[in-house]
Amino acid sequence: MSKSNEPVLWFLFSAGGMISAMVFPILLIITGVILPFELAGEVTFERIHNAVKNPVVKLVLFFVIALPFFHWAHRFRFTLIDIGLKPISFLVSLLCYGGAITGTIVAAFILWKI
Amino acid sequence: MATRRTCLWKRGVKVSETFEMEIFRYYPDKDNEPFIKSYEVPFRDDWVVLDAINYIKDEIDGTLSYRWSCRMGVCGSCGMMVNSVPKLTCSAFLKDYPSRKIRVEPLQGFPVERDLIFDMDDFMNKLTEVKPYLLRKEGEEKPLEEGEYLQSPAELAHYKQYTLCINCMLCYAACPIYALDSNFVGPAAIALAQRYNLDSRDQGRNQRQEVIASHEGIWECTFVGECSVVCPKDVDPAAAIQRAKVSSTLDWFKEKMIPRSKG
Ligand code: SF4
Ligand code: FES
Repeated sequence: MSKSNEPVLWFLFSAGGMISAMVFPILLIITGVILPFELAGEVTFERIHNAVKNPVVKLVLFFVIALPFFHWAHRFRFTLIDIGLKPISFLVSLLCYGGAITGTIVAAFILWKI
Repeated sequence: MATRRTCLWKRGVKVSETFEMEIFRYYPDKDNEPFIKSYEVPFRDDWVVLDAINYIKDEIDGTLSYRWSCRMGVCGSCGMMVNSVPKLTCSAFLKDYPSRKIRVEPLQGFPVERDLIFDMDDFMNKLTEVKPYLLRKEGEEKPLEEGEYLQSPAELAHYKQYTLCINCMLCYAACPIYALDSNFVGPAAIALAQRYNLDSRDQGRNQRQEVIASHEGIWECTFVGECSVVCPKDVDPAAAIQRAKVSSTLDWFKEKMIPRSKG
């Protein structure tokens, strides 16, 4: 038996899970309650745009968007394998992680453009 | 033994109350296929499922085959599927099944040898694969006259939980991954490896990693967690596997990022 290279995928998976669990509830409160009810002052396009323009915010958003993609990819890959797609597991991995990589690149591109 | 047990149930018979036991039967030399046979046994408040099975064997059908020994949740040999849930039958009370009817089958995921007896060779091999004994690095073994390796209570606490396993294999029967792919090293064997890896006297982690860090080791696990749910000894094998994943991931980064550093 040889040592597996799975750790890097699992690391991205668990980092994604951790971020989803810790940051998403906060984001939900911000975008679902505080902003729509204007609990922290008036919400204008400029204000949000300026906030997202901040390089630190961009960086945080990048990780908050990219890592959960890998969380999804890893989980979904195992779900597909468990329901019987093991014979084509290479293709499954390619689609799942490929999807996550594509999502990450698109997110990076959009954040870059802002 | 049989006589003493017969006395036990004859003493408090309440003839009116009965309990229905549907038992998985299979005798490969005679039967083409396994089948379910139903038996009626007396119902008693203080009976466990194993008592009812013993009653069937002693009073109704002596050909029924199954494993048991201690009758007190220690030996780990009486594991069976009770209504499709892996249970130690000596710890599962009849009174907890108010429908007064249960189905008893061999632990799932293993080949059946006869009736409720399954083949445990695969599990036994897995246990030996993880080298479940203290290993010392070459030249670091203390000579006998220097005495034992001492350990503090805090060091003992690190791994004690994983020593409580009784090899009942309920965790394997509960694991959907093992059911799909029996190459998976599985919960109890990985918990046992952790038991030695976390022991301050042991230096064999690298040797065990060959099996543990392989794909068939911890990486096949998707953290379903059922192993820890059914474990009668609170070993929490799922936690052992997750901890092994974290430390193996750190190893991986060390090996890939700092080439040639062999820990
Ligand atoms: S870990 Fe628990 S369920 Fe698994 S074999 Fe050991 S005692 Fe039984
Ligand atoms: S008979 Fe020993 S654990 Fe049940």
